[in-house]
Amino acid sequence: MPVTTADQPLVHARSLTKRFGELVAVDAIDVDVYRGEAFGFLGPNGAGKSSTMRMIGCVSPATGGTLEVLGMDPVTDGPRIRARLGVVPQEDTLDLELTVEENLMIYGRYFGLSRSVIRERAAGLLDFVQLAERADSKVEPLSGGMKRRLTIARSLINEPELMLLDEPTTGLDPQARHALWDRLFRLKQRGVTLVLTTHYMDEAEQLCDRLVVMDKGRIAAQGSPRELIERYSTREVVELRFGPGEHEDMAGKVDGLAERVEVLPDRLLLYTEDGDASAFGVHARGLTPVSMLARRSTLEDVFLRLTGRTLVD
Amino acid sequence: MATMTAPLTLRSLEYWAYQYRRTWRGSVISTVLSPVLFLSAMGVGLGTLVDSSRAGGVGGVDYLAFLAPGLLAASAMQTAVSESSYPVLASIKWIRIYHAMLATPLGVLDVMVGHLAWIAVRVFVSSSVYLAVMTLFGATHSPLALLALPAAVLTGMAFSAPVVAFAASVDNDSGFAALNRFAVIPMFLFSGVFFPISQLPPVLERVAYLTPLWHGVDLCRGLTLGTATPGRAVLHVAYLGVWVVAGVLAAAAAYRRRLYI
Repeated sequence: MPVTTADQPLVHARSLTKRFGELVAVDAIDVDVYRGEAFGFLGPNGAGKSSTMRMIGCVSPATGGTLEVLGMDPVTDGPRIRARLGVVPQEDTLDLELTVEENLMIYGRYFGLSRSVIRERAAGLLDFVQLAERADSKVEPLSGGMKRRLTIARSLINEPELMLLDEPTTGLDPQARHALWDRLFRLKQRGVTLVLTTHYMDEAEQLCDRLVVMDKGRIAAQGSPRELIERYSTREVVELRFGPGEHEDMAGKVDGLAERVEVLPDRLLLYTEDGDASAFGVHARGLTPVSMLARRSTLEDVFLRLTGRTLVD
Repeated sequence: MATMTAPLTLRSLEYWAYQYRRTWRGSVISTVLSPVLFLSAMGVGLGTLVDSSRAGGVGGVDYLAFLAPGLLAASAMQTAVSESSYPVLASIKWIRIYHAMLATPLGVLDVMVGHLAWIAVRVFVSSSVYLAVMTLFGATHSPLALLALPAAVLTGMAFSAPVVAFAASVDNDSGFAALNRFAVIPMFLFSGVFFPISQLPPVLERVAYLTPLWHGVDLCRGLTLGTATPGRAVLHVAYLGVWVVAGVLAAAAAYRRRLYI
């Protein structure tokens, strides 16, 4: 069995391409994911994140380029690679009529684990995702957050080296998202390598050591969240809201108060090193926005800068 | 690789057996009830009328003995078709069980073969019950009847494999109703289950010869009555085998198109 060393990437892609007929879903991307890191694909819906994840998960063949996962070729070594992956798909694939524990049992059996090993691991995993009390209840009535946590527990039954999480918190309420982030963070602490996709910038900032920003199948930028913000945005941002339709006109009136001004349909963004100074300048010019907010730059600003669009419409 | 594949297929078969534990009670009742009802009403009830109006019965035997093996083959067909349609589409689209399996070492073919194996198990069990009930009704006339069991399973799989291929290719379940209306029910009525196909107009008789169900019915009937000849039996088995093989190949292509994209 091929062994990956510390400096050899767990995921190694060069010019990786996925086409569906005419549509180019993934357009010649280069990616390396190293052991122990949390790596994110950030981008809007349709950016090619899920297609990339499916190729890494060995359930979709690449159309072009090269891909190695755990040092092996997904096309010829799919079963051996998948034996060491933990996959949390975008849509739940739980069996709703089986109980929580039965879902873990049958999933563990797919990996060829013995029942006694699965029973032992299941107890620990259900503790980990705070579902121990629901072990014997059917999956159907569980909340969305609980189902996601069960999917995470299930994906850990084979003690994977590499976890693939496709939009792990989409559709969850804020509380459930935070609970999930906490569990993922603990996994990272234990040394599990995480690869995740998201269109939430806060999720990417919270979880990812390194990420790529994807847009229309391409990688628009990559680095740590901090690096990306430093490279593509200013330290702070002042958001100004004026009356409907006034933003275009107002853009001219704040000229010179910031390094860069972005006009969105519902607000103006002033990119600046010093938010308070810029805000003071707005008042000094006698402008009276409906609301004004000075904040730190986020990955959303990076994305906006790179693509001219916001992440979540 | 060959040593890897066998256990992987068994793992997907295990899922079906595992989830069957929650529905088996209901299906046992209908599996036993169905042959009892059909054989009483049509074999004994209607059969008494048929036998009294026609000396020498149908094809030289009483109507119950003529009808029972036909129903055995037809019930194998119906079990196979229902197990091969909705559960397959649901596993792809609704419950998405296949997608869960494919995130593990199981591959597309393991998933498909495991499911087909499970359908064969279901047909085997329901056909065993059918054959046992037939025997209790006195409708089996030869020790060869034991071979009617594999014959019924073969008949079921001649339907299962193509229907699995069909189910893995469609986007919604509306085709399943059409499949029942235009293929399963006409075959059930006109492929020699209830009367010899020689009664049909010559054109339809020729069509009936082409249906896999007629081959299954005639094979089962020859075995339960002890009238089968080797040549005729081999012909039936070969014809049904062609449907199985063609169906499996089509299903493999459909699964790959649908699940490995």
